Amino acid sequence: MLKVNNIDVFYGNIHALKDISLEVNEGEIVTLIGANGAGKSTLLKTLSGLLKPKNGNILYLTQQIAGKPAQTIVKSGISHVPEGRRVFSNMSVEENLELGAYLRNDRDGIKKDIDYVYELFPILDERRKQLSGTLSGGEQQMLAMGRALMAKPKLLLMDEPSMGLAPLVVKKIFEIIKTVNSQGTTVLLVEQNANMALSIADRAYVLETGKIVLSGTAKELQESEQVKAAYLGGL
Amino acid sequence: MEWLQQLVNGISLGSIYALIALGYTMVYGIIKLINFAHGDVFMLGAFIGFYAIARWDLGFFPALIISMLLCAIIGVIIERVAYKRLRNATRIAALITAIGVSLLIEYTVIFFRGASPEAYPEVLPNTSISILGASISSQSIMILAVTIVLMILLQFIVHKTKIGKAMRAVSHDADAARLMGINVDNTISATFAIGSALAGAAGVIFGVYYTRIEPLMGVLPGLKAFVAAVLGGIGSIPGAMVGGLVLGVVETIVSALGYSLWRDAAAFVILILILILKPSGIFGKNAREKV
Ligand SMILES: Nc1ncnc2c1ncn2[C@@H]1O[C@H](COP(=O)(O)OP(=O)(O)OP(=O)(O)O)[C@@H](O)[C@H]1O
Ligand SMILES: [Mg+2]
Repeated sequence: MLKVNNIDVFYGNIHALKDISLEVNEGEIVTLIGANGAGKSTLLKTLSGLLKPKNGNILYLTQQIAGKPAQTIVKSGISHVPEGRRVFSNMSVEENLELGAYLRNDRDGIKKDIDYVYELFPILDERRKQLSGTLSGGEQQMLAMGRALMAKPKLLLMDEPSMGLAPLVVKKIFEIIKTVNSQGTTVLLVEQNANMALSIADRAYVLETGKIVLSGTAKELQESEQVKAAYLGGL
Repeated sequence: MEWLQQLVNGISLGSIYALIALGYTMVYGIIKLINFAHGDVFMLGAFIGFYAIARWDLGFFPALIISMLLCAIIGVIIERVAYKRLRNATRIAALITAIGVSLLIEYTVIFFRGASPEAYPEVLPNTSISILGASISSQSIMILAVTIVLMILLQFIVHKTKIGKAMRAVSHDADAARLMGINVDNTISATFAIGSALAGAAGVIFGVYYTRIEPLMGVLPGLKAFVAAVLGGIGSIPGAMVGGLVLGVVETIVSALGYSLWRDAAAFVILILILILKPSGIFGKNAREKV
């Protein structure tokens, strides 16, 4: 479904991603783990069109999307839940969800999908008129996810959904990721919480200072000594 | 009932400031630029209205609409030509560019038609209506009505339409807005279009009310509208409305008390006070709760 071939991404003269290749197949949950500053967010931003790669190409379904504007990429079915949630805190929960459907014009369909998001996250239903800036971190994460789902994505990119959340909330969010995936959405999940991520993923990649150093099925990586030492240590 | 009359004068003047201030505040909200050329768009609006009325024999409302449309287009051209490439430049570079655009507009107008003032034709009936013993001109009432309608329209656009929601999203977080599929460039252009159209409307209203227009007429009202925007809390739409009205009323009171020479200074005293006492303005957010 998504095939990234040898991309390089720079910030000025900082070489943030070095010759990255990876693949996501339809229906999978693929996770990308790595330490702070490894380049995980940079990769997701490149996939969703916020950054342009200098070299390499990105094949999504049948089209080249490297360097295309973000709105084209959203339209083609890739939604990105950014690191730190980035909800529109000056707007209500419901307005955030409506913005998620910005490129859609099917009023009835949008209404139905808002109800679907409320079904997934009943707490958002209770808060629909509340300013999203006043939600708790967990609720904001749910809103960011719901907002991304409003675009009806075929591929969902998630950047550290567990960041700063209590274990119980993280568990809840990971369950929803599994639900959404079982309903047909492919997921590329970036995490530092390697344990949790590997437990729901089919396959995984490990990123270190801009390079992919390891890849395999989630099971293989869970058992790899290298991963245990670096990312699962002490657990 | 002298004071009621003064209050009406103050509100009329204040509505003009408010209409200009809205453009300042919306543009600042979305790209953090103080668009110093905005007062000159107001001037262009006044001249477009003048030509529409005096040369093409149009009435007030057609002239108002033509002026708003042309100013919207001019605003978008200014943004696309001068500011767009400076999105990632330093603020000072953008500010200097804005001042350059302002001078360019002023002296282009002077180049083509000279610096002499023009007398606005009387397009609105000017009768006095007596309310509570104060005589209030029908023009003031008309101006106030037009301003209120424009502000309601603006509130509707910003809160209820797709482009308005996009504007609020981009001004809050442009990258997050991109991830929703919002075209940020077009949204910024739309913001310039709306802000400039309001300045154009203010220009026509100014011409009708004060009857004298000239190519440098945008400088002082532009600066004062900027003060009004800061007073209300720059970036805040209700703030610009309230800030404009407060400033107009304060100036009129200062004049009415016999200190008319100090009228222009009042705005800048307010600016200094607000920057010392509450830099975020009346409706300003103290800190942005960005993650
Ligand atoms: N806007 C930027 N300008 C310059 N350098 C940047 C920018 N954003 C990221 N970087 C650098 O690129 C590298 C990769 O950053 P990135 O945010 O992709 O890491 P990450 O793996 O997502 O880390 P974290 O787990 O902390 O979110 C880092 O060295 C970072 O300093
Ligand atoms: Mg990151």
